[in-house]
Amino acid sequence: MEKRRKERIDRGIMVRSDSIYALMSWRELAYLAAPRMLLIIGMLLLPLVPESWNWQGTVTLVCVYAMLAISFDFLAHYIGLVSLGGAFFVGVGGYLAGILNTTYGIPPLYTIPVAALGGGVICTLLLLPCLALRGVYFAIVTLMYPLLLVRLIEALDILGGTDGLLGIDGFSNPWVEQYLVIIMVLLFLFGIRRMVNMDIGLVFRGVKDNDQAVRASGINIFYYKGLAIFIASSLGCLAGACIIYIFMWAGISLFVLDYSILPIAATVIGGAGTLVGPVLGCLILIPISELLRDFGTLRIVFYSLILVGFIVFKSEGIMVWAQRKYHQIERWTKI
Amino acid sequence: MNRQAILEVSGITKKFGGITALNNVSFSIHTGEILGIIGPNGSGKTTIVNCITGFIKMTSGKIYFKGKNITGKPAHKIADMGVTRTFQIMRPYYSLPAYKNVVIPLFSPRAKRTGGWRGGGKLGDRNTVGIDILEEIGFERDSFVPYKMASTLPTGYLKRLELARCLALKPEIIICDEVFSGLSMSEIASMVPLIERLQMDGITVIMIEHRLRELFRVANRIMVMNFGEKIAEGTADEVMADKTVKEAYFGSKEVEEVMDYA
Repeated sequence: MEKRRKERIDRGIMVRSDSIYALMSWRELAYLAAPRMLLIIGMLLLPLVPESWNWQGTVTLVCVYAMLAISFDFLAHYIGLVSLGGAFFVGVGGYLAGILNTTYGIPPLYTIPVAALGGGVICTLLLLPCLALRGVYFAIVTLMYPLLLVRLIEALDILGGTDGLLGIDGFSNPWVEQYLVIIMVLLFLFGIRRMVNMDIGLVFRGVKDNDQAVRASGINIFYYKGLAIFIASSLGCLAGACIIYIFMWAGISLFVLDYSILPIAATVIGGAGTLVGPVLGCLILIPISELLRDFGTLRIVFYSLILVGFIVFKSEGIMVWAQRKYHQIERWTKI
Repeated sequence: MNRQAILEVSGITKKFGGITALNNVSFSIHTGEILGIIGPNGSGKTTIVNCITGFIKMTSGKIYFKGKNITGKPAHKIADMGVTRTFQIMRPYYSLPAYKNVVIPLFSPRAKRTGGWRGGGKLGDRNTVGIDILEEIGFERDSFVPYKMASTLPTGYLKRLELARCLALKPEIIICDEVFSGLSMSEIASMVPLIERLQMDGITVIMIEHRLRELFRVANRIMVMNFGEKIAEGTADEVMADKTVKEAYFGSKEVEEVMDYA
């Protein structure tokens, strides 16, 4: 029997430098632009599905989780800090926006950016002492903070206690709400992708690969880790600020573990380290999770089965697989 | 030699719990000199490097660089002043191509100030400067080697990559922690001129080595360590003639036998 093996060849457009493409024709330009345009147009079309599908709320939820997933993916796969801090970021950002809105009456348009930046500063300051930690130890600390804050709010009965903050404004109409979050997801997705491919992104990846070598290069890793946490936590706080205006309520359920775990599941399904993958993961997971509500308590069973299936059969993630298929030609050759 | 000492190490002691890894070691090195540090395994050679470059905190002692006290400064500050090191166990960024490994040090504050290796003045495109440095250090420019993932490079190139990371900072001192170890004879033969070139460019080099023959070819002065203490210092011939050095390497009984035989 003659032996054959599968051969993978890069398409000609992939020149040897990863930062420069040799574009020779409109066709090649289209080849590069098509997947990006597909994502952008697809995201922009999301709110346009018929209202009978009962889909509107899901779109915003998908986008909010997508922001958290991008934040997780950035921290875990470009800095090497595995964070379970989704709930922490959402809680801090949500409460900050809620206080600004209810106590000072500042409209959502201003509180959202303020909560994102201010929340980012608060989260970064709280996480600064843990910057020397890596891997699972950092994850544990980020998991403890939301628990700590919940008990603090409960026990001291501050910030509305268990009732939460009432009387928060909503968005003026669902279109504004949906397009606002969609555009923010796209902006952050492409912005962070651009950043990790710049020289500063190389330093981030260097910190992940080998932080001692970065120190030996005369670069302060403490500063770059802090900066990365600020970027990621700002994004998380932004998601939190959006959530309270969607629910028109801020309470201790903002610190619920779903905000930490679901983005990680989405990242695993979508493809870790791609930044686009987590968004796709959210686009798949969140609607499934909403559809499965009809099954009542069995929902989690089906949900878990789907997750296990993905992890066993496509552990590399959808996006990694798709990128390979798109950029490489596969063929069988005799050996 | 009556030149000013660029680095002065005075009485450094490092204790790991109950173990004394370094015991009151003092030495100094002049600008443009190549100092070799040798000694049996576990004699504290790498601990000296870690102490000088700030990767570990020493128990006591002082280190002066160009007359300035750099004791207890963080590692990145010391590297920023121009005291760079290579790692004995190579530490490249495995998930990046070779030339991107050099782009990271070129992004450091020191490289931005000094303009990178030999370029002088303003730093151009970091990718190009990175490939220039790699060519300088023996990567074939027009091949695929500089663009290969660091994880796929053989040991010889990884050792060079360690040196390239130092060179990107336009260093004043390079401390080479066993750059010859794990290399074939021909690879070492091509590394030796590189070290000599560093000296010609006015860089002070401290070499920690086990490969004595090659080290003696390049080093101006040799310092011998044993059990965390400096036991000898001088030219290669002086050091090799020293009885305590022979004892450290071959054991006291054997040395006596050899001496008797002689």
